[in-house]
Amino acid sequence: MKQRSVAIVGAAETTTMGKVPGMSQIQLHADCALNAMADCGLTAKDIDGVATAVHQPTEVANYLGITPKWVDGTSVGGCSFMIHVRHAAAAIEAGLCNTVLITHGESGRSGVGRPDRAGPALFETQFELPYGVSRPPTKFTIPVMRFLKEYGLTEEHLANVAVVQREWAAMHSRATFRDPITVDDVLNSKMIAYPFRLLMCCLVSDGGGALILTKADRAKDFPTKPVYILGTGESTESPVISQMADFTSSRAFRVAGKSAFESSGIKHSDVDHLMLYDAFAHLPLYGLEDLGFVGRGEAAHFIAEGHTRPGGKLPVNTNGGGLSYMHSGMYGMFALQESMRQMRGISPAQVPDAKISVCHGVGGMFAASGTIVLTTEGP
Amino acid sequence: MANDGRPLPTPTPETQHYWDGAKQGELRLQTCNSCNHTYFPPRPFCPECSSRDVKVVKATGKGRLFSYIINHLPTPGFKPPFAVAVVELEEGPRMMSNILECEQTPEALQLDMPLEVTFVKESDDITLPQFKPAKS
Repeated sequence: MKQRSVAIVGAAETTTMGKVPGMSQIQLHADCALNAMADCGLTAKDIDGVATAVHQPTEVANYLGITPKWVDGTSVGGCSFMIHVRHAAAAIEAGLCNTVLITHGESGRSGVGRPDRAGPALFETQFELPYGVSRPPTKFTIPVMRFLKEYGLTEEHLANVAVVQREWAAMHSRATFRDPITVDDVLNSKMIAYPFRLLMCCLVSDGGGALILTKADRAKDFPTKPVYILGTGESTESPVISQMADFTSSRAFRVAGKSAFESSGIKHSDVDHLMLYDAFAHLPLYGLEDLGFVGRGEAAHFIAEGHTRPGGKLPVNTNGGGLSYMHSGMYGMFALQESMRQMRGISPAQVPDAKISVCHGVGGMFAASGTIVLTTEGP
Repeated sequence: MANDGRPLPTPTPETQHYWDGAKQGELRLQTCNSCNHTYFPPRPFCPECSSRDVKVVKATGKGRLFSYIINHLPTPGFKPPFAVAVVELEEGPRMMSNILECEQTPEALQLDMPLEVTFVKESDDITLPQFKPAKS
């Protein structure tokens, strides 16, 4: 795909987030979609492409009154929206459609009007569920003991990830958790799945977010500051955690990240801002290493040295992440929203002069990945 | 019978040999006749070289504790806290297991400790392979 040929011209989250029992899941999609349309001055009649996950794009398109020429229902967990951005950009460039709406809505906390997500993979039903794995805290976390041993790390290193992200969350009035925490606070929080305590696990929230994409040459006609797509990547690995090839590194991260860097033509030193999907505290460690920002085994020290915190040389998860900002269940959309705010220069935790943002997602535990490189600089 | 309410597998045509083996006290893997790759979970072709020329082989049942969590969440059929582990077999493949006959604590569950397979009958149809610390 050509660099900067497609722009994101609309971006918004749901009007409220956290606990929203007054909206069903499909209305969360619509609420953020209407906010994104208002953001860029469009209506449903101006949109001819729809992408979403869990819900069918047919349901979202019909509910909003959109007549699509293109749909994408890729539903591979929380990074589905990064992958939608990639697919939508390719579709717009190929002329399959002009203006794409990507929506996410999830009544993750209140469970209002929430359809079943896809059932577990065959290998999970036969070879994992009988051993007592259930919700994500009991699966996504399994590789980490090997990671810690391999690199001589401790639970304190994991806890520190949550501590640093809370510093960013403190600047966001919409973040669920804003009060400062210490490593001791994290290590004294309730045990969920050793070595993971409560504060190393993401929130469970209601909310949603939407993006509107169109051709870059139309982008200047919109009232908002356009953000351009510079590079993209996606991949998948094992749908069951026990069969992940390397417990210290995600192949899907490495493949998606490499594609995103190569297609964007940037170096790591060009990156001003980084989002790394953090359903649990170990994910930013894998993300920093597998995307090549640091060497294998160096991420925990990089964070401990303060490089990712406010004022550091590589600001990471500047909304506080899934650990502190919000986590609906499929958090990738909220990572993209913070990358958009940073590129527009309107984040409450704004990184001065940020011109390039990398937004990296994970889905279905370590099963899928998507990486998007955004820039303020147009063609 | 140890059936304690945990979810049990429903074998499929491609995995039936594995579950039949477990009933007979055998841990079964598959090896590719073309490239010699030994793999798990079961499927009637080699995930390494795509050959359909594969055979079922009996594993030694020896392995090491590769990684784990100790699950503290309420889980039907289990009494928390209990370990959910991944075992690396001598032959190379890894599989999920609980760790039986062992305290479910970080102190007792040391990574790389040697393990051996044991079999627990859960129902008339299903016997689950499980692992316990190896007797040296």
